[in-house]
Order: sequence, then structure tokens, then C-alpha cells
Amino acid sequence: MATHLSSELKSLDRRTFLKTSAAGGAALLIGFHLPAHASSDPAQAQEKPPINPLNAWVRITPDNRVTLILAKSEMGQGIMTALPMILAEELYLDWNKVSIEQAPTDPKIYDLGTGGSGSVAGSWLPLRQAGAAAREMLIAAAAKKWEVGADTCKAQNGYVVHGHPERSYSYGELVADAALLPIPNFKEVPLKNSRDFTILGRDTHRVDAASKAAGTAKFGIDSRPDGLLYAVIARCPVFYGKVASFDAAKAKAVPGVRDVFQIETSGRGASTTGGVAVLADNSWAAIQGRKALEVKWDEGAAAKESSEELHNQFVANAAAKPGSVIRNEGDADAALSAATKKVEAVYELPFAAHVCMEPMNCTVHIQSDRAEAWVPTQAPQWAQGVIAEATKLPPEKVTVHTTLMGGGFGRRYQADFVMEAAQVAKKSGKPVMVLWTREDDMQHDFYRPASYHKCQGIVDADGNLAAWKHFQTSTSIAAKWSPKGEEDNGQGEFGTGATVPYKSPNLRIEYTLAHSSAPRAWWRSVEHSSSGFVVESFVDELAAAAGQDPLAFRLKLIGESRKLPQFGGEPDSPPLDTARLKGVLQLAADKAAWSKHLPDGEGRGIAGFYSFDSYVAAVAEVSVKPRDLKIKRLVCTVDCGRVVNPNGVRAQVESAAIYALTATLKDAITVEGGRIVQSNFNDYHMLRMNEAPPIEVYLVDSEEKPTGIGEPTVPVIAPALCNAIFNATRKGKKELRLRRLPVRAEDLA
Amino acid sequence: MAITFTLNGKSQTLTDVSPDMPLLWVLRDVLNMTGTKFGCGIMQCGACTVHINGEMSRSCMLPIANVAGKKVTTIEGLSADGSHPVQKAWIEEDVPQCGYCQSGQIMSAVALLAKKPKPTDADIDEAMSGNICRCGTYQRIRKAIHRAAGSKA
Repeated sequence: MATHLSSELKSLDRRTFLKTSAAGGAALLIGFHLPAHASSDPAQAQEKPPINPLNAWVRITPDNRVTLILAKSEMGQGIMTALPMILAEELYLDWNKVSIEQAPTDPKIYDLGTGGSGSVAGSWLPLRQAGAAAREMLIAAAAKKWEVGADTCKAQNGYVVHGHPERSYSYGELVADAALLPIPNFKEVPLKNSRDFTILGRDTHRVDAASKAAGTAKFGIDSRPDGLLYAVIARCPVFYGKVASFDAAKAKAVPGVRDVFQIETSGRGASTTGGVAVLADNSWAAIQGRKALEVKWDEGAAAKESSEELHNQFVANAAAKPGSVIRNEGDADAALSAATKKVEAVYELPFAAHVCMEPMNCTVHIQSDRAEAWVPTQAPQWAQGVIAEATKLPPEKVTVHTTLMGGGFGRRYQADFVMEAAQVAKKSGKPVMVLWTREDDMQHDFYRPASYHKCQGIVDADGNLAAWKHFQTSTSIAAKWSPKGEEDNGQGEFGTGATVPYKSPNLRIEYTLAHSSAPRAWWRSVEHSSSGFVVESFVDELAAAAGQDPLAFRLKLIGESRKLPQFGGEPDSPPLDTARLKGVLQLAADKAAWSKHLPDGEGRGIAGFYSFDSYVAAVAEVSVKPRDLKIKRLVCTVDCGRVVNPNGVRAQVESAAIYALTATLKDAITVEGGRIVQSNFNDYHMLRMNEAPPIEVYLVDSEEKPTGIGEPTVPVIAPALCNAIFNATRKGKKELRLRRLPVRAEDLA
Repeated sequence: MAITFTLNGKSQTLTDVSPDMPLLWVLRDVLNMTGTKFGCGIMQCGACTVHINGEMSRSCMLPIANVAGKKVTTIEGLSADGSHPVQKAWIEEDVPQCGYCQSGQIMSAVALLAKKPKPTDADIDEAMSGNICRCGTYQRIRKAIHRAAGSKA
């Protein structure tokens, strides 16, 4: 159990969740009857029992059709292309001839959890080893047939070849024999020399582009098992409020409505609120039925909560006694007290919703002795566990088909929508899709925490950083999931924001928890979306106070190249390599023509941040007029180690930049009367085509281990943009230093 | 009440369907044609975009009764095998990420190109700003439209 839990939790969020709330996280998963052993690492898995790569990772038919197995979920990040590329490389396959198949939810073989920007980083070596082991088995089978030494044979484009004149067997001709051979020790199989790569590192088209352009790609919401019924659920609009009573008569009178019944709250694990399900022949009838339904809610104490009240908590927390000390070196408080000149700034970020374009949904069919489910999920195994819990079936009797996802962004690591579907399916006995409308999706999300930060710093006469203090108060993620509820020291709310790369003899980081009933969880880049904004805005303020160029100032404070251990990181967390951070900053500056003069009203801003073990910098170039902002150019530079598919990495950077711009420039999620105010795209706006700036992406050529790419661009966008707005207004009547997100038109007045 | 319309070139008659059911749900849940997507239900995101008599239209608030006698084209009707020039351009530029909004994006782009075979960036902004892409593929959509138009590399 322990082995499995740590592996699952690592996937949940490698940097924060495990460190700050492992106990809470474990409690979260216990009760889902998870199997004791799970690992995607074939080297580990082969010890007992051995995993045959010619079944688990690659399937070859006698007529030489090759299918590569994908054990991560595709939510748009391109993993369905990237991971099979790794297998294909080691297997010497013709990339254009392979098919890809989603792995079954078998935790004995696969670690399916997809999150934390960890899929390529975590699968890189295991998949290379699996591919190489399969290749060695195919070669051994051919050598045996020819009665020659395996070392005289080689793999080539889906064949094993030998001798002069050359003779060959296709993999298809060898697979039956090969699959019966001893499985090599994965840790000892020879891996391909990177100089010989023909697939990895090359721009590769997405394997799912054609079906997505044709409209034939099947998302969770497109699941249509025979006899499918559709359900929507009326949930209390107030966080975790309950059904007091309901009258189904009017709902049942709606043509197409089959049944109306209550479902219970499912407690902390899946964290559902319960409600009243309306089951119908089609989605429309279900939605109409819910409109007609009359429910009285027991709203509970959360009905008093509001964004204003939360802001007041933040202000009070910042003014009150010191927070819990996360990190302390030297004596920042003494230095700040003694300083004649110091810089102080307060930053505030709101709750943010994930807003996957495909609203949450899950399709479940429960029969007496088994269940089948079609789930757009980042955590298939968790979904399996939740359905097992709801049905009292053993997990191995629950078949989870991991479907394509219309966006994930961390939202689909939850299993609330799975639990609901299992509950409704169990009660109805029919295959059921629980469909969330956009309003459901926006108002019953697990939000990025709202946070408030007070930063203080001193730049001495020589331009060195004499003190750095960062106080944060927020509605933390870990507190939402902690076993006792609403307890957390807050370390996870800083992430790599606590690994400050700017040298200072006096450094202090403090945290105070603020309370909220709003559900919180992992939103693309998690705590780094706030940490990146705060650290990279504040260092910019320090540069301005010192009269220094923001790039030169950063490079000076980062200082000589060194490796900083990730503060609060896992034992195996790679250190922050300041040379690589300086590298992306300098590259961004070079590509953006940092020093080139801009007219008044225009400006550039820079930010660089380390998260998910990757280094990203951005330079934004803007033009600012009263109530109007134009982003003329956005340059992003990335060092994420060795790149599997440059085309895919660039796409992720473009995507994360737009995602971050929406959070920076559009709406806040706000709370009134214990409920979310925003409900749909008319009041929670997304960045659109006419607002999307041109984005340039430059990748650092690296042979380091691959690291995360889905998320680490998010943290640099808001600070680069706000720093650019400051720079653009430096000569105007009023310097605009924007410290509260999102940026509002009136902020630019 | 029977409702008859033309769907992707073929006559389609529906009986026993609520006349106020939006075309989106008729397509998805009654006819099991799931290429057209549900995104917001209030004509704000464009995921449900189809063509009605050749004009771009959001299907999520369009009652099926209003479609009677009209010609409906969905993503499935654009080409038999995904070979429409716009679909090919989408593949060539690797536009889709999650792909959920792309049926709607493509239907909007096809409608744009029918009216303006060589659209400018401003034309693209105007025609495509009703379609939200949460993966932020806008830059590639723009390139793909130019590619399909042959107007710019």
C-alpha cells in the first residue's frame, strides 16, 4: 500500500502535495481499495512479477502491425505523441507505421496518473528501458532462428537484420518466439546513443490531430454505450450545502425525464457535495428537468462567506502577528527594522477556475458483478477506486476506459464527477452519463487558491540584496484536503518560490492560513502561478527602486553559477541550476531585443522562474494607453532539458502563455453568499483570437534529463506582463505597478 | 410532430423530438453525431458551431423546429475522410491540442473562407473571436487559416 500511495501522490503533485500533506493525501485515498503495488517503472515492476514489454508496452501482430501502449492520459498536452516516440526510438520502428493504444487501468503494470508536468520526465527512462528490452528480445529471437550471436544482429526499421548479403525478419515474424524469451534486466539493457536518435528531438506531428480535425475523436462526453441515459445533478450553490427537501413532480413532468432522486455527499475523498439527480433520455431533457425541479437547500455556515470577507482575513492576517516561519536565514526582520530605505509591496491573486472546454462528465454502467466506465480523467486508477467504493466491487472488476479529455489543467485529477456518476448509475441500473453544464463546471470547481502576499526587501548601496521577506496568507490546497480539515503550515503554497535564486544574507518566508469553504486544488502550475508572479514582480520593484535595469539586476543578484537545493523539495528533486536560469533570461532578452529603445507608452518586462524542474523566461512587449493594453510581442524561452518533440513543447508553451494571460487579464472567481458568482463565459471571460498576442518560443538545446513543460510557462507570464506595463508607464504621469490580479481596465486609467 | 431537414446532404426526419430541443442535443444525443460539441449552452464559446444553409451558426440555442426545411452541415459533413483543405491545414499546423473546440473552430473557419477566400488577420479576428480555445491554439489557427487560403505561409 505504502509503495503505491507514494507513487500516486507523487503524480498528484510532486512538489507540494507529497511534502505538505502526505498524511492527508493518504487518508484521501485510503478506502478506495487500491492495490498494493503500482509502478510505471518496468525496472521496478519486473522484480515481481516480471513485466513482459512485448505485451505491456508494445504489441506486434504476425502481420507486423505495431501498437505502442500509452499509459498516460491525453488532455491536449501531446503525451499521446511524445511517449510513444520514446518507445519507437528504442525499438527502431518506422514512426509512420505505428498505432497507439490507451493502456488498460491495470495498476500492477502502469502508473497512469497524469499531472505535475511529470509524464515525460517520469517515463523517459522507464520507456526507453522497456523499448530497449523489447528490442533485445526480438533480436535474440532472430539470432536463435539464424543460429548466430545476437551481437551480430541489429534492429532496423521494424526488422532484425544480419550478415552480408543482408537477411532479415520482420518483428511480426519474430514476436511469437521473442515473447517467450527471458525478459532482460531493464536496468542493464543497452540504450540507444542519443547521437543515433532518428525520432526523439525532431519536430513530430501530433498523432491525434487528424481525428480531432475530422470531429471523430472521442472524448468522455462522446461515450455512447447502448441504452445510455443522461443525468444532470442539482447541487447546492453554497459550498458543501445539503439537500433539505425536494419536490420532483414538475421535473418528472418534463418529457424525457425518467427519474429524479437524491444522491448523498461522498465525504472527503472524492469530495462531492451530493444533490438531486435528474435522469433522462437525453441531456436536454435532463437539463430542462433540473430547471423544473424544486429543491430546498440547507446552505450551512459557508453561506456567510464572501470574497470581501476573505480579503479582510488576508489584510488582518498580514497585519497580525508573524506567520509560521517557512524559511529563515540571517535576520531579515532586524535588517528591515534598521534600514532607512526599504521596498514594500502587497500582491493579491484571486481564486481561478480551470474551465476545461469539455465540461466534467463521466459515463458508468454497473452490472451485478462488474462495472464499466468511460472517464475523461487524469487519474484513471483513482476513478477506478472511487467506482469500486461506490459499488462495493473490487477494483479489478471495474473497467475504466480512459478517454480523451477536452482539457484537464489539473481539474480532471479529481474524482468528484466520477463518484456522482457511479452513484447515479448504481441507483438507475442503466448506463448513465452524468453531464455537467458549463455553470456546474464553473461553480463547482476546485479552484486555484486565492492568496495575498506582503514582500519587503532592501537593496544596499552596492546594489546587493540585503534582505528579502515574503509573507503569504492564502486558502491553501493542503488545508482543503488535510485530515482534520483546514490545517496547513503553508509550505506547499510557495513551491519553488521559496527557493529564491536572488542572493541575500537575510531571507525570511512566512505563512498564515486563511479560511474558506471553497474547494481548492491543483490548477495549471499550482502554487507557482502565484509564487512566480510575486517573486518576479517584487524583484522588478527592487530593481526599479535601485535604479537598475531589470535584467542586469536579476543577473547580478543571481550571481555566479551555482546549484541551489529546492527548498522543501523531495530528496530526489534536482537543484535549481542558476546558470540555466540565467541562460533562459539572457536568451529571452536577446530574442526580444531587450535593449532596443521603445517610444513612450511602450515597454518591455521580463520574468524568469524555475518550476517543475524546468526554467522558463518571458519578455512581454506592450503598449499602454488609458484603459487599454496591447501586447505586441511575447517571447518565451525554455530550458526543459532534452526535448522529445520540439513541436509539442512549443505548443505547450503557447498554450500555457494563453492560459496565464486569461488569468492575468480577464476575470476573478469571486464568492458571494458562500457561492461562486461567475457562471459561464459571459461573466468569466476567456482570452479570444482577437486578443491573442503573437508568441515566440525558443528552446535551449540541452542534453539534461527531460523535465516538465505543460505548466512552467504559466508562472512567468503575469509578472513579465505587469513589469512591461510598469516599464511602459515609467515616463508617464503615473507609473503603473500592478500588484493585484487580474489586471482591470481601471488599473490602466 | 415530424421535423424534416437536410443533414450533411441527406434528408433527415425526426419524430418524437421536443421542438424546442436545440439542434446541438438532437445531433449529439438523438442522432449520436458527437463531432459537434457542447461548451457553454449560451452561444458564447462556439464549440457547437455548424452551418445552416451555408451560414455559420451556433447550434446550442437553436431549437430544432427552426431547422425544419434547412440545410445543416456539421463537422462530419465537411468531408468524408477529413480531407477538406481546412482540416488538412489544421493537421499540417498541428493546431489541435485537447481538440475539443476544434470542430467549432473549423466550422467557423470554413464559413469565413467561403465569404473571404483570402482573409486578412483582421478578418480572422472578426470571424474567429466567437470561438474559445482554452488550450490557446489561436496562433496556430490563424496560421492554418492562412495556409488553407493559400494567402500566407
